[in-house]
Amino acid sequence: MSENLSQVAASHGLERVGARPPLGAYLGQVLRRLDFTLSLARFRIRSENERNRLGMLWVLLRPTFSALIYGTVFGFVLAGMRPENFVPYVVVGVFLLEFFNSSMNAGAKSIIHNTALVQSLPFPRMVLPVAKVLENLLNFVPPLLMMLGIAILWGSVPTWDWLLLLPLMVLFWMFNQGVALIFARLTVHMRDLSQLTPFISRMIFYTAGVFYDPAKILADHPMLTPIFDWHPLYEVLAITRGLILDGYAVPLDYWWRFSLWAVVMLAVGIVFFWKAEERYGREN
Amino acid sequence: MAERTDGATPDAGASSQPHGQPVVVCDDVHVEYSVLATGKRVDKGSVSGFMQRRRSMKKVHALKGVSFIAYENESIGVIGTNGSGKSTLMRTITGLTPASAGAVYARTRPNLLGIGAALIPDLSGSQNIILGGLAMGLSREEIEGRYDEIVEFTGLQDFIDMPMRTYSSGMSARLKFGIATAKEHDILIVDEALSVGDKAFQRKSEARIRGIRERAGTVFLVSHSMRSIRDTCNRTIWIEKGVLRADGETKDVVAEYEKFK
Repeated sequence: MSENLSQVAASHGLERVGARPPLGAYLGQVLRRLDFTLSLARFRIRSENERNRLGMLWVLLRPTFSALIYGTVFGFVLAGMRPENFVPYVVVGVFLLEFFNSSMNAGAKSIIHNTALVQSLPFPRMVLPVAKVLENLLNFVPPLLMMLGIAILWGSVPTWDWLLLLPLMVLFWMFNQGVALIFARLTVHMRDLSQLTPFISRMIFYTAGVFYDPAKILADHPMLTPIFDWHPLYEVLAITRGLILDGYAVPLDYWWRFSLWAVVMLAVGIVFFWKAEERYGREN
Repeated sequence: MAERTDGATPDAGASSQPHGQPVVVCDDVHVEYSVLATGKRVDKGSVSGFMQRRRSMKKVHALKGVSFIAYENESIGVIGTNGSGKSTLMRTITGLTPASAGAVYARTRPNLLGIGAALIPDLSGSQNIILGGLAMGLSREEIEGRYDEIVEFTGLQDFIDMPMRTYSSGMSARLKFGIATAKEHDILIVDEALSVGDKAFQRKSEARIRGIRERAGTVFLVSHSMRSIRDTCNRTIWIEKGVLRADGETKDVVAEYEKFK
């Protein structure tokens, strides 16, 4: 019986429903929903802002408050170990990490918190984590500008080099998107992981050199050097500080290291997410 | 059903039967859920039960090998008691819930018109209309062209800018229905949508489904109302405990089902 039915289907040109298309065709479908993706991100930002009285201002206030807290606490704790140009140093760290953390957390929830949508309309599921990271990217623009403003306030003078922030942010976005895609699928398999993501992001936050200068630690522990040289978030922070802060130089080899991270992460994320496309509708 | 085995001509099966082209083929479809059973049996007066609750993965076998062929221009009623697997079968046909074994083949992707939770509860009705249309693959121009008609149909003019989480279940069902029927469908699955909303909306939606059916190739109607099954379907399948219990003329199957109840 079973063989006959699939023959009937094949001889009448029927295709298997919900079959995962090949990667190229799948990405094509995702691109064709670009309008959907953008609208989803925009509408979400708008509704998020409408629920708070201060609205869009929170996008700036949230990282500012964290920068204030971390800056004050660790400014005292570190005392003599404080990196040069401490205020913009911390601001760069906190603001950039906020984009990474929010992308990772939002990616982790993008499928499991949208079951109603996933189970009622057919569309390539990759749209959901992509829209989430896009939403975070748009929310990241005002803090990014504010970060530049603070750097100028603390004595940095804009140069043409600052334009290199643009390609860096593109790489950063690719990296975050890759991470978000990986977590979007992982939480579908293991819901408990969404409880763990805050700890993962905190670990990354504290190891990335947000408020301390790893260079000073490395002087005493040289064997840790490769860890920081390959720490993707530290690479982003170090390049950014080198570009916009006085007294810091861009570690040039970090450019190719982080480019590698971004490309590999995005590629792995896309393939990993796409592999499970047929699974996302199943309730669990 | 007489299945051809020779495979000589493409529509040998159809020629021996009064059917058109097959549009949906369900081939031994199984669906299994793994549910983490965290609940504990509630024993009166037992305090220690809190410490010894059992956590185990339970397998729920919702569909146990369902096979049938749906042909062009058929209206197929789907009946069965609550929890028999009707809705799971319909979601599997649309590809929204993947089959754990077996497969569903279809000419085009079937569309499910169902009731359920809001699409994106935090967004307004009008944003949901736009997003729903875009998700179904309509272009922005097409949605803008149909927007007024959709709003008019749902009768939610006064609430369209409010977040969907503030809607009553009837209101959000109307909105979802309006969104889903804004597009032409080749294969349409209607999951108890007829029982949604008040009398006036039921009349409107029944008329709209009739219109869609005239244009669509094949319609599945999941319902507990034997009246609407009798009125609209020429064939009925009966699912019971995940197994296809009967498949045939509506009047025969419904009569058998009513005896069973």
